Amino acid sequence: MQTFNIVIAGVGGQGVLLASKVLAECALASGMDVKQNEVHGMAQRGGSVISFVRIGKKIQSPVVSPGNADMFISFEPLEALRYAHFLKPGGRLVYSQVAINPSTVASGMAVYPADVEQQLAAVVPNSKGIQALAIAREAGNGKAVNMVMVGSVLKQLPFSDEVVQQVIASVSKDKDAEVNLKALAGGAAAVA
Amino acid sequence: MKKIISGNEAIALSFGDSGGVFASGYPGTPSTETLEEVARLGEVYCEWAPNEKVALESAIGASIAGGRALATMKHVGVNVAADALLTLTYTGVNAGLILMVADDPGMHSSQNEQDSRNYAKFAKVPMLDAADSQDAYDFVRAGFELSEQFDTPVLLRTTTRISHAKGVVVAAAEKIAPKVGEWVKDVPKYVMLPNFGKLRHIEVEKRLLKLQEFAEATPLNRLEPGSSELGIITSGVAYQHAREACPDASFLRLGLVHPLPIEKIRAFAAGVKKLMVVEEMDGIFEEQIRAAGIRVDIGKAQIPLCGEVSADTVRVALGGKPTAAIAPVAGLPQRPPVFCPSCAHRGLFTILAKLKLFVSGDIGCYTLGALPPMNAMHSVIDMGASISAAHGMAKVNQIAGRAQKPVAVIGDSTFFHSGLTGLMSMAYNQGDALVIIMDNRTTGMTGGQEHPGTGQTLKGMAVRQVDMVPLVKALGIDNVAELNTYDLKETEAAIKKGMETPGPYVLIDKNPCILRYKIRKPAMSVIAENCTGCKACLKVACMALGLTADGDKPKVRVDPNVCNGCGVCKQMCKFDAMTEIEGENYANL
Repeated sequence: MQTFNIVIAGVGGQGVLLASKVLAECALASGMDVKQNEVHGMAQRGGSVISFVRIGKKIQSPVVSPGNADMFISFEPLEALRYAHFLKPGGRLVYSQVAINPSTVASGMAVYPADVEQQLAAVVPNSKGIQALAIAREAGNGKAVNMVMVGSVLKQLPFSDEVVQQVIASVSKDKDAEVNLKALAGGAAAVA
Repeated sequence: MKKIISGNEAIALSFGDSGGVFASGYPGTPSTETLEEVARLGEVYCEWAPNEKVALESAIGASIAGGRALATMKHVGVNVAADALLTLTYTGVNAGLILMVADDPGMHSSQNEQDSRNYAKFAKVPMLDAADSQDAYDFVRAGFELSEQFDTPVLLRTTTRISHAKGVVVAAAEKIAPKVGEWVKDVPKYVMLPNFGKLRHIEVEKRLLKLQEFAEATPLNRLEPGSSELGIITSGVAYQHAREACPDASFLRLGLVHPLPIEKIRAFAAGVKKLMVVEEMDGIFEEQIRAAGIRVDIGKAQIPLCGEVSADTVRVALGGKPTAAIAPVAGLPQRPPVFCPSCAHRGLFTILAKLKLFVSGDIGCYTLGALPPMNAMHSVIDMGASISAAHGMAKVNQIAGRAQKPVAVIGDSTFFHSGLTGLMSMAYNQGDALVIIMDNRTTGMTGGQEHPGTGQTLKGMAVRQVDMVPLVKALGIDNVAELNTYDLKETEAAIKKGMETPGPYVLIDKNPCILRYKIRKPAMSVIAENCTGCKACLKVACMALGLTADGDKPKVRVDPNVCNGCGVCKQMCKFDAMTEIEGENYANL
């Protein structure tokens, strides 16, 4: 297969890294080469996080440059807008509609754009917002937003159900696996 | 079996698979996970050292005693360990010794962008530069062999995109069981008195010549033939970017980046029409290649010295264009990292900002106090500099007749690393600064590692904690008081008292890191009818706070998914508009 570039963005603490890991492990279990890369260090402290997952026959660079992403998953609308330029023309964006205030907004130094979703629709024609937090809570845990987001794009990726279930089982603690699978299904249903 | 692992994990795994006996290091992004992963292997001995110098010296001792040893650190950590390194190169090793150094091009989480390849030249030791996780795995074993064959320490270099990027790794089929060699007394080899040192220096120069011969033939330097139009010499992650940009070019991919295989490079250059050298940060290869009289057509004149290299950088250097992309949306609110909800640093910096003091800062989470809206840190240099720099400021202030004391802010891990000596100097030299030690019982910024004050080792053993107050007193400080930064009034009073009292004054906050110790408190809520929208609470810079969208005068609201109920914002409110919600806590820590 041709190289397929996925960008995942969100806010430190939202589980962007685990979502990246699930996609990367699915690719490996499906017999592909894969590289995954994010920058962490200060990531847990509420900052903006961006992660790359590249899958294909042979992957060189661990980084996706602007204009090269086939798919973009954002856990937060403002972060979707911030990194929208990573998408190729026609690339697919799925984002969580739940806004999280950056510190600059919380401290009154900046204003969260009220029309963030309209701006997104204008910049990325192929985009879809979902109520990821509500779906995650329904699945049993508000922290499973990351799995909801993964679920929302699985249909576009060449992973079998068996591979996905096996990967979820391997990355989840016992009692979380069921919630995570429910969250994946919820995410998939939200874009159906 | 194939695994997807990061470069750091690969180094740890290979250390276990390659007969590793002893590993030590100090946390520092992007190197930190390496030692944590060694600990997770469970089989090999490893420990956190209080600083990089101690880590390397302990590894030297382990090598002398006959065990293969690893020291891990970030690029700036090598500066701390350099004293040991620059003489270790003279003594050489007994069992193999690898110093893993993780550079941070682009400064994702560092105070500078130094290129550690310079240390290989400086110390005249071999350096391996990994280009992916598989290299990182393979180079540990190769490094030990090189170290023992040539009686030299080996530098193993990664960069952020190698340490943290995950790729597919196939582990060695054959594991090398750890074995400990003899512990030999060899005075001329290990005692670096001038007379012995002079003789060892000659050995170092001879060794370098032998290593040059080795470099010409080793498969660590890979020739990847392609079109003769363009030949690219590169290493590390820069290789991956260059490959991406130029899939058809010929490549000389260097795994051993010091010393360089100059004759191999000469032959490679002769076989291509255009020679390009792709290096991230400094032009170290290019300088040596040019000095050998070899023509370089594209190099540092086209590729920036600052920041990371990308496939687009290489395309542009070749006269092409970067990938077409829509313009980034301008004017969006920034999302810088901030103190976690309910972090103990928040109260401190709220007061330091209010009092408008000069704050000499240090390396840790509290460095975020320099960012708006706090703007309450005015110098940050390196580990430990908060205290020693504050001392220098105080002395000059004294000479200039300025009344105000500087304030040094330092964390516990940084204090143990290299704040102690500064404080001792301040006491000894009759300094006059207020020193605030934020003792949250962890190495916070790197994700919560153990240190001599946490009461636990890297292997999880319970040990005695260093007791901060008696330690500070023993250094010669008489005025030591405790601080509770969750209480703003008390904090302000304590800081004012410290500023008014002549001589060195130390305040110690002992509130633990809420992230590391997963401390949860009931979330706050706003009583809307009491809130006047004065925004006084927003000064605490907490991302749980925000404004309601409606009306001319928006009111403050608390996001219950983020708030962890520390109550610092509540203390800023003059209208009793903040209240705790019993039992509510959704904070995603």
